[in-house]
Amino acid sequence: MLKIEKEKLPELFAKIAAGQELYLPVNISGQVNFAAWDEEVQVDLTTLKSVKSPKDAFFPQSENLYTCKREGKKITIEPEELKNQSFVVFGMKACDVQGLKVLDQVFLSDPVDTFYAARREHGVIVALACHEPEETCFCKVFGIDCAEPAADVAAWMAGEELFFKPLTEKGEALTKSLEGLLTPAGEAGEQAVEEEKAAIRAIVEKLPYSNLSLEGWNGDALTEKFDSPLWEELYKPCLACGTCTFVCPTCQCYDIKDYNTGHGVQRYRCWDSCMYSDFTMMAHGNNRTSQMQRFRQRFMHKLVYFPANNDGMYSCVGCGRCVEKCPAALNIVKVIKSFQKQGGEK
Amino acid sequence: MQELIKRAKELLADGTVVRVLGWKAGDLPYNPEPAYFAKDTDFADFVYNGFCGANLSKYMIEASKMEGKTLVFLKPCDTYSFNQLLKEHRVEREKAYIIGVGCKGKLDIEKIKALGIKGIQSISGAELTDEAETLTVQTLYGEKTCAYKDAMLERCHVCKGKEHKIYDELLLTSRDTTDADRFAEVARIEGLSPEEKFAFFQKELGKCIRCNACRNVCPACSCRKCVFDSNKFDSSQKANADSFEEKMFHIIRAFHVAGRCTDCGECSRVCPQGIPLHLFNRKFIKDIDEFYGEYQAGEDVDADAPLTSFTFEDVEPSVVSTRS
Repeated sequence: MLKIEKEKLPELFAKIAAGQELYLPVNISGQVNFAAWDEEVQVDLTTLKSVKSPKDAFFPQSENLYTCKREGKKITIEPEELKNQSFVVFGMKACDVQGLKVLDQVFLSDPVDTFYAARREHGVIVALACHEPEETCFCKVFGIDCAEPAADVAAWMAGEELFFKPLTEKGEALTKSLEGLLTPAGEAGEQAVEEEKAAIRAIVEKLPYSNLSLEGWNGDALTEKFDSPLWEELYKPCLACGTCTFVCPTCQCYDIKDYNTGHGVQRYRCWDSCMYSDFTMMAHGNNRTSQMQRFRQRFMHKLVYFPANNDGMYSCVGCGRCVEKCPAALNIVKVIKSFQKQGGEK
Repeated sequence: MQELIKRAKELLADGTVVRVLGWKAGDLPYNPEPAYFAKDTDFADFVYNGFCGANLSKYMIEASKMEGKTLVFLKPCDTYSFNQLLKEHRVEREKAYIIGVGCKGKLDIEKIKALGIKGIQSISGAELTDEAETLTVQTLYGEKTCAYKDAMLERCHVCKGKEHKIYDELLLTSRDTTDADRFAEVARIEGLSPEEKFAFFQKELGKCIRCNACRNVCPACSCRKCVFDSNKFDSSQKANADSFEEKMFHIIRAFHVAGRCTDCGECSRVCPQGIPLHLFNRKFIKDIDEFYGEYQAGEDVDADAPLTSFTFEDVEPSVVSTRS
């Protein structure tokens, strides 16, 4: 394990950014989100959660697929280049890393999404342990240990230092390129990290959502859950906005659209939300015609359909962003609890 | 709060209303949700405290389509929205039994968290009846306190007054919370150079994730189908390839609600990225006040709306270019 003093972090970021693009949590007019580093940005590693998850680094909210141009009678089609340079995402949390594993199931299985695959191949993740978890966190429910994030590099902030432990080849290579800045952590450092892990885990045990039970939520619960009269009650305050889906680290639905540039067409894809009325719109119309159906879809997908198709893996990682951001204070935890309370019957 | 429950149960029992629209306690100390109550037992979860910021007037659009009368609890600012919806024939007066509830300013959990308070277990001082000026927050990291005022939503600092503009009866008393000038920030931005203004809005709107929460929570955004939900329109409801199109969404929305926006502040309350969206609307309100005389949307159902009525004193269209 290696370490660096917190006050030297700007030097570390500069050195990483000299070799490749660096994305990390940045405060832009009061809100922390992952963004590209430069000397001007205000890096914020203390705010626990970025508003949007860092999934943008691998699956951007909006990205061009190809551009068509017309000049006279000549039409040219230029496909968008795939990511071919390495980049570093610094400060992802254990839940966000697990979120990528969920996305991998979707985008890296046949047919492989080449845009996503290229970014996954070139992305190096430095994951940061969650110093002082918050009441909206429930990663433990999904078996995630936020004290021990598993990525290319695991990092901890303890006292005045940041500890740095490469876990993969990519992580080793990045570490090697930072020689001189990182120094051996030593026994005292190892000890500080162990203490930080213990402190994190002690708090996690006390979090209000840590004991949430997922009993009854699995790939076999389809009919029982789908037909529950509870949805009719639960969806009512839902405003049908897309906040929950857009801050979520695992929501992966997108739409493909054409943008008229005036002298051509830019074909792009952008995140879509199952909360939206034109989601999966087809020629015959929409297969979910009411907000109750759209609301139900989101939770059924995360807790029933996804595990049914992915060996039991839930597509929720307990980051709690939806808990914090829903304008009507609805969220996946409330849904799970309501079913528990009523046993799915009413 | 018990008065509200008691009265609601009475009105349900005597058949005046068939359902009650209020707030249900959440599973955290600060996340109550809008909810319907129909049976006596439903009220176990009923709550009305500082975190009940949600404007229930918006929900009355749907409730107006339901069978029978709905009892709705409206805060003073919510009644402006109800009036405006009434004016626009989007809600039905005879479908609503309005109990105007007192308000001592609503709380913003984001502001509490911004003060470094996290790992929240319980919050005391948020009840309407609490006399305390301070919130006491028990957290996993120890007990914290903050002034009630410092945790209030921006809109409560510039409150239009604690008088309900429409109601059938009133319950609970209010506390005056106005301590700032509603148009100060708009005036400050007006004073910036065009480049500074552009940079300000670029930075703020650059955070937008097109979740549409501002639109969907807005009582003035009551179109059955929004133009941005049409797949025949180039700039649809999702993120676009062009960031200008993104900003257009907010600008068009501000234009569309101009003269109808009551400044209820819900757009800014719900924005996950903390964009001060109310500034757009307030700019229009300020201009309307200056050009057509003071007007507050939702204050009086029968008042002529400045942008949909004509008088010979109206400002000339060329005003934009002649204004200093």
